Amino acid sequence: MKKTSVSSSKKSASANKALLIKKTKTTEKAKAPAKINFGGLSKELLLTMHSHMVKSRVLEERLIKIYRAGESFFWIGGPGEEAWGVPLGMLAKKGQGPEYDYLHLHYRCSPTLIAMGLDMTDSIRLMMNRATDPNTGGRNFSNHFVIPQWNIAPVTSPLEVQYPIACGTAHVQKRTGKKAITIVTGGDAGTAEGDFASSLILASRKGQELPMLITVQNNKWGISTCYDGQHGETFIADRARAFNIKSQVINGNDPVEVYLTLKEDMEYIRKTGKPAFVEAMVSRLYGHSSASGANPIQNEVDPVKEFEMKLLKAGLLKESEAKEIWATFEAEGVRATETARAEGVPTPESIWEHTYVGSENADWRKF
Amino acid sequence: MANMAQAIRMALHYAETNYDLKDVFGQDVGAPLGGVFTATQGIKTAWNSPLDERGIIGMAMGIAMTGDRCVAEIQFADYIFNTIDLLKIAGNTLWCTNGQYNLPMTVMTPVGAGIRGSVYHSHSFDAWASRLAGWKVVMPSNPLDAYGLLLSCILDPNPTMFLKPKALMRVRGEELIPGEPADEKELKNMIDAPIGDRSAWKANWPKIQEYLVPFGKGKITREGNQITVVSYGRHLLLCNEVADQLAAEGYSVEVIDLRSIYPYDWQMIKSSVQKTGRFLCVNEDTEVTNFGEHLSYRVTQELFYELQARPRVIAGKHVPGIGLHPNLEDASVPQKHEIAEAIKEICGEIP
Repeated sequence: MKKTSVSSSKKSASANKALLIKKTKTTEKAKAPAKINFGGLSKELLLTMHSHMVKSRVLEERLIKIYRAGESFFWIGGPGEEAWGVPLGMLAKKGQGPEYDYLHLHYRCSPTLIAMGLDMTDSIRLMMNRATDPNTGGRNFSNHFVIPQWNIAPVTSPLEVQYPIACGTAHVQKRTGKKAITIVTGGDAGTAEGDFASSLILASRKGQELPMLITVQNNKWGISTCYDGQHGETFIADRARAFNIKSQVINGNDPVEVYLTLKEDMEYIRKTGKPAFVEAMVSRLYGHSSASGANPIQNEVDPVKEFEMKLLKAGLLKESEAKEIWATFEAEGVRATETARAEGVPTPESIWEHTYVGSENADWRKF
Repeated sequence: MANMAQAIRMALHYAETNYDLKDVFGQDVGAPLGGVFTATQGIKTAWNSPLDERGIIGMAMGIAMTGDRCVAEIQFADYIFNTIDLLKIAGNTLWCTNGQYNLPMTVMTPVGAGIRGSVYHSHSFDAWASRLAGWKVVMPSNPLDAYGLLLSCILDPNPTMFLKPKALMRVRGEELIPGEPADEKELKNMIDAPIGDRSAWKANWPKIQEYLVPFGKGKITREGNQITVVSYGRHLLLCNEVADQLAAEGYSVEVIDLRSIYPYDWQMIKSSVQKTGRFLCVNEDTEVTNFGEHLSYRVTQELFYELQARPRVIAGKHVPGIGLHPNLEDASVPQKHEIAEAIKEICGEIP
């Protein structure tokens, strides 16, 4: 795998150099492709990750535009978590039922779902509260995804509740015995809730360990409250260590590090049936949500641009190719918006639907 | 004749044998104790959880999310309050997912006073539970209904809440569960765990059969034509006693065991009130925004011109706790004499 990667890098670097010669006057001085450690990942894999990351960023920025245009009430999402979310989505065993991985995600999870094959239009339908929104039928906020066909558990606004709920899906997977795992994600601020501790306890009981990948995306913020003033522990991951859970802190802005870590951890969980914990340090590039303005934050690492720069420097990607990727997804986002905009909205009378299974009457006036 | 704890145990056994119930869990639910009221003794699928109510409810939601059926117990309803947002989410999951994720889970928890349980073993939850949209909520007053309601809960594809009146756990009913041996001692020997070492003990289950009490169906336990008294759980028995006592004084009291709090049997209440023209609801949850107030409101709104007297609700006092001393407990939750006085007062009211 490593050899293939190096070989591909050389070819791509060569092509990239040719492009630079045509475009600039300093071509003769253009640097040779930099030697960058991509952990032995293939060029194809790296470019796929890049493409998903760009698509996710474009989608999120499209959602923010929709909010700013007054076509939606609220935005909350995942710019800054692409390097974390995309490898996660690529590595998950996608399917429905306990034989496949369950994902209990938070509302910054669009990179994961893009990597799993999410259609931009479905995200925008959710953002614009369309009746055609396949997630919630226009009932919930942006990025509150629901995809039972891929074992995507319903995203809830209170994130930490997903930690103990995830223990339930993992419990069933352990019983099913097909090496499938449960993945749960959440933020650093929410780890103050008891639900986080509940999951560590339930996942690590001796002899009853659960096949779970418990993760925290630490962006150092809880809405407007800084991490530093609220935590006494050195790392959140230290709390998992106290329960004898395999645990590590990683740079969540580096998709290569994330990919390699998650791959190793997922293999460990599938093999042992025991939990693993990852704390990924990530950026939050547009603040908490539209409630805080959804404006770009300048002093945070942009994982998409940083990764793209590395690929360019390594000669794995040409600038023209990169531009085309961004432009292609921009155009897709525009088309998706136009599609969703033209679609219908939920009707007032639909409020009673799905209170109970089969829309059994739940209105006491009709008892 | 089984008591309510034995009836619940038999329902769980029937469900794990016939309904693919895979998990019955909570604190002290598994061996060796089998529940603080022994309602889970001998259940194959019962297991002990950590002392963590949010972990219990969260895990039940996750299990249900995969499609597996489970029964989760909160040891006393007094400890369910820190799970209230999880209960809300369990109730709204189907709705929020536009019908895509249903949660076939049952939460059972002992409720109410009557055992001198002090501040943290006496609280009720029926009024709170009735506000959890998306849930079905039941409370039995006798072992047979406990059996039939619990089986309905476990079979239902929605979140269901089975409220166990703790003061009735050792009370026997008047009707046999289908397949239950008529001899109490025989049943006890078959399904009650021995005192002491239980490590080698296994229940010898009788060949019980399916018996379902549907949601939203009440039962008239006393027929009468002067006043309609609606109750459930422990207070249903008190209402029956009062009705019998007042019959000797010439009062004709119709008592309805609601059994199912949500959905509820409006048609039964309506036809009864149309006959009697008078309405009283009795329960022991606290009185402000009590579920009985909803029923009273509806009676007033829909049957106003057929009423002979103002509808009333007798409920627990709106105080922060139920004190241990009998004087305190008795002053906090409805007593028989209060029910009798209210019935007489309502019946004496002339429009």
